[in-house]
Amino acid sequence: MEATDKAICVRNLVTHYGERMILNNVSMDVKRGEIMVIMGGSGSGKSTFLRYLLGLQKPTSGSIQLLGQDITQMTANELHRMKKNIGVSFQGGALFGSMTVAENIQMPLHEHAQLDQDTMNIMSQMKLEVVNLAGFGDLMPSQLSGGMIKRAALARAIVLDPRLLFFDEPSAGLDPVVSAELDELILRLKQVMKMTIVVVTHELESAFKIADRITVLDRGEILMTGTVDEVRNSDNERIYNLLHRRPRTDKVDVDEYLARLTGKDLSHLDPGSRQDHKQ
Amino acid sequence: MRHAIEKLGKNTVAAIEELGYGLMILYESLYWLFTGALHKQAVSVSRIFSEAMQIGVRALPIVMVLCFAVGMMLAMQGLETLKPYGAQAQVVTGIALSVSREFAALITGIIVAGRSGSALAARIATMQESQEIDALQVIGIDPVRHLVAPALVAMLLAMPLLTVIGNLMGLLGAAVFTLYEMSMPVAIYMDRSFQVMQVSDLMQGLSKSLVFAVLIVIVSVINGFQVRGGAEGVGLATTRSVVMSISVIVVADMVFTFFLTSI
Repeated sequence: MEATDKAICVRNLVTHYGERMILNNVSMDVKRGEIMVIMGGSGSGKSTFLRYLLGLQKPTSGSIQLLGQDITQMTANELHRMKKNIGVSFQGGALFGSMTVAENIQMPLHEHAQLDQDTMNIMSQMKLEVVNLAGFGDLMPSQLSGGMIKRAALARAIVLDPRLLFFDEPSAGLDPVVSAELDELILRLKQVMKMTIVVVTHELESAFKIADRITVLDRGEILMTGTVDEVRNSDNERIYNLLHRRPRTDKVDVDEYLARLTGKDLSHLDPGSRQDHKQ
Repeated sequence: MRHAIEKLGKNTVAAIEELGYGLMILYESLYWLFTGALHKQAVSVSRIFSEAMQIGVRALPIVMVLCFAVGMMLAMQGLETLKPYGAQAQVVTGIALSVSREFAALITGIIVAGRSGSALAARIATMQESQEIDALQVIGIDPVRHLVAPALVAMLLAMPLLTVIGNLMGLLGAAVFTLYEMSMPVAIYMDRSFQVMQVSDLMQGLSKSLVFAVLIVIVSVINGFQVRGGAEGVGLATTRSVVMSISVIVVADMVFTFFLTSI
């Protein structure tokens, strides 16, 4: 893949939460104009990965290039300019509760564009039309349903016509019909606006429907990146378990288990003495 | 014993970390206030006014009522204490000085901490929990510039003004009781109060109110930003913010008074 083809290029990303390692040497490329789905179960690190892609946290090591620029090395002003090219639709919408839907959508315009109020009103109306929410601009977020909140959040995310669009769990908390409508909307955005889209989800059906490629994340590591068919046909056990909803069957390490229970390292003791500790 | 020392050590480290976090937020607020315009990211004047409305104008009635009540209470205690010595007339001096130097600023600080500080902490904590703070950041809006700096300026404007009005209401409360108890006309009481009060007495109260303003904002926002644990966490952060703000104000007042009276 040529460097210019890449919208996102992550190399050897390592992140920690306190002393615990969350992402271990993660590398991933996203081509311009494709939909990349980052898939994984709960606790796989996919939401954490998204936070780093958005520049919300500084990694321990590694690089994250968005549109050819490394956001881990950027100054505050450079990062501020980069935000113009990024749109994000958060899991719960994250609409500002004290503002109307239209004011929410206009927030990025206030920050990045010097436009008069009439122009901003027209632009927010246009984006509300795109997400099928025309006429709802004057409502407060608390007056919207779950699906409407997600669509309003999407309208805010695309108001600046960003080149990169990120979704965190777009289907979470929605009924199957609304969820399918949102998937259609994501596909339409890619087609019409030529955006590069990254979707973090654990919904298999949605992932297979919208993805050009899928990255499977498990326990902070990338298991594979490939097309929908490649992932479906993977013989990796952990991917198979994820796709077929099989519970994890990890063997319990006795020493580790005892250490967690007692807060002490007991591996040096013989089995007889361990018995004492268990009592 | 070992656990107690370990806990003490951890708490000390956490307290120092929190102090550092608070200072960093104060520095960032000042940074955005003074240099935001250079980066085309100026602190919004309309947000400052809307915060000032919330913190200042809407807190006015309760500040007036409570300062009036405290002034009246001081008059009751003062007259009662001075009666055996036949020195009731001296109550004017005592109340004028204690209200202007101490009570107006302290009562205003406590009301604003309970009313506006808690609202600030709850708002930021709720925004943190619902990812609105993240949303601000990905849009490119620094949360300190958007949420803290306007509140800081509004608080620095509102607190001295509320304190001045608190002063007047405190004196008025004392004057009304003195009228009732000693038949001293309110106009004469107020006149005598203004005669004994020096500009330095008023300045002492006003300078305290500025310090309280900064303390209330910083304590409230660090509790809001550090929220953990959903709706319950928001409640805890708000409670902690009020208790901490009031404690910090009272301790700061004591330190302030110690230094100002020992000069």
